[in-house]
Amino acid sequence: MNTTEKIREIAKQLLTDKKVDLVVGFAQGSLPLRSTPYFARTPEQADNLIWSATCENNLANFVRKRSDKVAVIAKGCDVRAMVALIKEGQINKDNLTIIGVPCQGMIDRKQVCEAIGCQEILEATDNGNELILKGKGFEKTLAKEDVMFVSCKTCQYNTPVIFDELIGEALPGKEANYDDIAAFEALSPAERNAYIAKEMSKCIRCYACRQACPMCYCSECFVDCGAPAWIGKGAQRVDDNALFQTVRVLHLAGRCVDCGACERACPMGIKLSLLNRKMVKDVKELYGAEAGVNLTDPPALNTHKFEDKEDFML
Amino acid sequence: MIINKNEIAGILTKLAEEYRVIAPVKKDGLVQYAAIKNGEEACLDYANTKKPGKEILFPQSEELFNYTVSAEGVRMQDNVDKEATIVFGMRPCDVKSLVLLDNVFKNDQYTDVYYLTRRANTLIVGLGCNEPASTCFCTSMACGPFAKEGSDIFLTDLGETYFIEGISDKGKELLAKLGLSAASEEQKAAAAKLQTETKADGSINIEGLAEKLGGMFEHPFWDSLHEKCLGCAACTYLCPTCHCFDIADEAKDCEGCRVRNWDACMFPLFTLHGSGHNPRPGGKARWRQRLMHKFNYFVERYNATACVGCGRCIKNCPVNLDIRQALAEVRALD
Ligand code: SF4
Ligand code: SF4
Ligand code: SF4
Ligand code: SF4
Ligand code: SF4
Repeated sequence: MNTTEKIREIAKQLLTDKKVDLVVGFAQGSLPLRSTPYFARTPEQADNLIWSATCENNLANFVRKRSDKVAVIAKGCDVRAMVALIKEGQINKDNLTIIGVPCQGMIDRKQVCEAIGCQEILEATDNGNELILKGKGFEKTLAKEDVMFVSCKTCQYNTPVIFDELIGEALPGKEANYDDIAAFEALSPAERNAYIAKEMSKCIRCYACRQACPMCYCSECFVDCGAPAWIGKGAQRVDDNALFQTVRVLHLAGRCVDCGACERACPMGIKLSLLNRKMVKDVKELYGAEAGVNLTDPPALNTHKFEDKEDFML
Repeated sequence: MIINKNEIAGILTKLAEEYRVIAPVKKDGLVQYAAIKNGEEACLDYANTKKPGKEILFPQSEELFNYTVSAEGVRMQDNVDKEATIVFGMRPCDVKSLVLLDNVFKNDQYTDVYYLTRRANTLIVGLGCNEPASTCFCTSMACGPFAKEGSDIFLTDLGETYFIEGISDKGKELLAKLGLSAASEEQKAAAAKLQTETKADGSINIEGLAEKLGGMFEHPFWDSLHEKCLGCAACTYLCPTCHCFDIADEAKDCEGCRVRNWDACMFPLFTLHGSGHNPRPGGKARWRQRLMHKFNYFVERYNATACVGCGRCIKNCPVNLDIRQALAEVRALD
């Protein structure tokens, strides 16, 4: 049985036995290389669930603050987010069933687009290690690992850290890899500034990054506050755009689970991972902490240890 | 008339001496409209710009006026943009969207001097689509890959050359100045063939849809439609016909300005009242508003759908909530 079939079977069983009211997973999307979040409430609907390398959204977003009994088909980063949210009192673990899927990584359509000169893909086949893409007058095969999201290339938690049931074999974990951030850190402040400014100049302030982030759930975001207006509302000022991301990153210090959902959602292709992963790396180096990797560690900024570095203080 | 593609850059550079020339350009990996000085910058080989053409007449952020307060009193300076502009190479869906927006910015209740001044001073050169994308469904939306409505001049891509038609008087006047050569009978026939035979997806049936939606405000359909929506504004900001805005004052000490920014029905803040009450409290009411506005309210008010079938909302939605499917589901309901 392949992963999709197993998911359907388990989901059907849970719904038939009325153990859950709802299974959140993915269904086939409307475009090649796309899946779409799906909410199965009946055993029949469970037949629409699928699993593929395009199940990119972080489903933790859909289980926050629910009172019904929910099962969720979750990859490594979804589970990290849920673990972090359980600790923050946003998810009631008693009502949650995690059907974990060891995840080989998700495909980044932006990288695919670049690799094929952004020709339109009309048909995509995934044969395990490769993607075969067809469009008008072209056919191209890409190695999947070449076109994965940055967050997936460096993911250390492909296998969910907690689960009620695991589909398939656990995958070996990878070594931590912050080469991208190290390269960014190696730039001069002026170069980093210029790079960030260039990225931020593309921002349209649609807030898809914030909305897609499982850890962004403030009941009122500071950008939406009118009195006082903490920040200019328009997208024409690069500084305001950068301020928005800066505050977002700070609010996520020690909480960001490095899932990449923000960068995936950005319609303008802005490299948000540089900012978030920089903070993830800093928190790891300064506090030895990582968000959402177990249910026991307190969130990094909720605690004090004698070993905590103080060299940033006056 | 006809023009060789390799002459276009030169003509645009020349026009840019006299006009603000706006054309699609490739910048930071995205195709976007930008003012150009050198015709070489224009990129006419594109499926659709990332941000819609509405931003040319209705910018995402626009300073309406600025002011200073001093001992002598208050000084105010409006910011109406009167610069003569040529938009070169706009796709028919974006051109059509401007025709629709005209209704919003000039009607019996409201006249928007900012938009209308730009509109009056802007000449639009439309560019037909030889290869509509799979997400394009303009043919279903009273538009089409070669729809000329709203264009002053229209280009048809014949490979090495563009076949050029003057549509409005304004367009014909400009063409007369350019002194281009006439198209041969063969070229005319080739253009006509392309124009009649090229179609985008025409299968989205909207006949009777507005009436049907009119009776659906309380339908349970809305309970599930929005369920996967994240409530961002990618679909609305990138939609060429969405036109909601918010006005804010930005002031420091005695200087300030009034700015108009795009806003979107998908945001909770959009309808939040000063009292704290929000009449559209969740995703359900917001998605209903989005669909209703496009396919019912706008139709009732202006006799046209507020969707031109450009497919941007489909391509850019982070959760692949496809408006074509939403419409098909409405159609399938009893
Ligand atoms: S970050 Fe890890 S768990 Fe998440 S999609 Fe990528 S590889 Fe899978
Ligand atoms: S998703 Fe991208 S464009 Fe939208 S607000 Fe975030 S960074 Fe800006
Ligand atoms: S900031 Fe981005 S990477 Fe971090 S948790 Fe949120 S969506 Fe995931
Ligand atoms: S609703 Fe979608 S397809 Fe229609 S005009 Fe807007 S962005 Fe284009
Ligand atoms: S782009 Fe998609 S997720 Fe965002 S508001 Fe629109 S429908 Fe919802």
